[in-house]
Amino acid sequence: MRAKDIEMATATHSETELPRLTNDEISRYSRHLILPEVGMEGQQKLKAAKVLCVGTGGLGAPLALYLAAAGVGTLGLVDFDTVDASNLQRQIIHSTATVGMLKVDSAELMLKGLNPYLNVVKHNTMLTSANALEIFKDYDIIADGTDNFQTRYLVNDACVLTGKPNAYGSIFRFEGQASVFATEAGPCYRCLYPEPPPPGLVPSCAEGGVLGILPGLVGVIQATEVIKLILGIGESLVGRLLLVDALTMKFRTLKLRKNPDCPVCGTHPTVTALIDYDQFCGIEKPKSVGPLEVEQNKAVADAPIVDGIPQISVQELKRRLDAHEDVFVLDVREPHEVKIVNIGAPLIPLGELPKRLDELAPYKDREIVVHCKSGGRSQKAAQFLKSAGFQHVENLAGGILAWADKIDPTLPKY
Amino acid sequence: MKINIPTPLRAYTGGEQTVTVPGATISQALEALVSAYPDLRQNLYTADGKLRSFVNLYLNDDDIRYLPAKEATAATEDDELTIIPSIAGGLAVIGRCSPQKTCL
Repeated sequence: MRAKDIEMATATHSETELPRLTNDEISRYSRHLILPEVGMEGQQKLKAAKVLCVGTGGLGAPLALYLAAAGVGTLGLVDFDTVDASNLQRQIIHSTATVGMLKVDSAELMLKGLNPYLNVVKHNTMLTSANALEIFKDYDIIADGTDNFQTRYLVNDACVLTGKPNAYGSIFRFEGQASVFATEAGPCYRCLYPEPPPPGLVPSCAEGGVLGILPGLVGVIQATEVIKLILGIGESLVGRLLLVDALTMKFRTLKLRKNPDCPVCGTHPTVTALIDYDQFCGIEKPKSVGPLEVEQNKAVADAPIVDGIPQISVQELKRRLDAHEDVFVLDVREPHEVKIVNIGAPLIPLGELPKRLDELAPYKDREIVVHCKSGGRSQKAAQFLKSAGFQHVENLAGGILAWADKIDPTLPKY
Repeated sequence: MKINIPTPLRAYTGGEQTVTVPGATISQALEALVSAYPDLRQNLYTADGKLRSFVNLYLNDDDIRYLPAKEATAATEDDELTIIPSIAGGLAVIGRCSPQKTCL
């Protein structure tokens, strides 16, 4: 579908007067101005445009930077997080100097440094069903650079309900996807994915991770689509899904169809207002709104029993080990993680546990403490062991990260 | 026919990116796939044997949901079936995983 055919909110600018460029702006954007496809009018359209970046992480970083450089007049940034050193492997909108700062503040510094003519609107909040429509209404295009299914469906539905196109990008390890959803003529995210995968089938931490440059690649594709929509040039990704495989460096586009039975954008929609997306995706509500680091850094107490598994603190494990109590500590991470840091515990990766259960037979009636990186996989492993008849299985709350925090600060954290 | 395995599911195919399986229809080829790699079955099918709704399958460039015969569509060994995963990554949550987080 040709971008110029798409009915867009920005089209209304042609009826009103486009903002004029100053002499300094004309000098800055000269490489655009001498390109006939952009030209003076195109650059003025960019200046008039208001784009919302949901997330200033791996995808949002290159996306916002290129939109700012290109002369998009107003950029909204939605993020509740703070900058962490582990973000800098790919989130190039932040820097070593801004670690610990709110991401929206850190991003504003970099964006304004690149282009002081840019108007940055900061939304230091988690996007929710309660605030999404209110935030979206002031923008022409939404760029989705979020990291979880709840927010993906929330952004999609809010885009359909407000009639704003959604420049979509998503990544996993070496693989990326991009499209433009929710224009009147094209399909939306729900046409492609009517339902989210259940939480149990979402790849675990062990399979997580991402090649740092991949969000750069996909985020820049999203930025390209945003610019094309604003200018009304070229052929947009509306009705097409771009698949990117960074390892084989193969790009492929698949045809997407608008589903007439789509619950949001179909002919007889059943979703006509924003819903509870945590419930829709079958996950628990976050305990608090705000930087997750707060939760991670607080003292990890001996928590109550979770799904039948006692949670033991790193301090308690240290005490038992020092007292030479009979405790068998099991590491259920992946071999490449053990190379990063370990506390000397024998390794059986979570995924191999069912096949290698016999190795643990001698410990069936003894006390086993299972650990992983931060306590998620080890909880699953402990539940599995319990169901397999192991009598005394406990989960190390906070995992090896908590051990590095509280017991042995010389250990690296990853 | 050749089946392209997306990254999130390669953990269940021993890292294989493409798998060649026999089968005269899409269904038969998928059955051959999950027979060869049993761990894939619960990722592609519900407990009652239906394809999961978040799993998108493309026969060459066509979404099989829109093919007249859907999964019963005939396929030859020259055809290519692509599994499109549901992925949500983008922003970092590394180091803060819990059973509820996607941890990308």
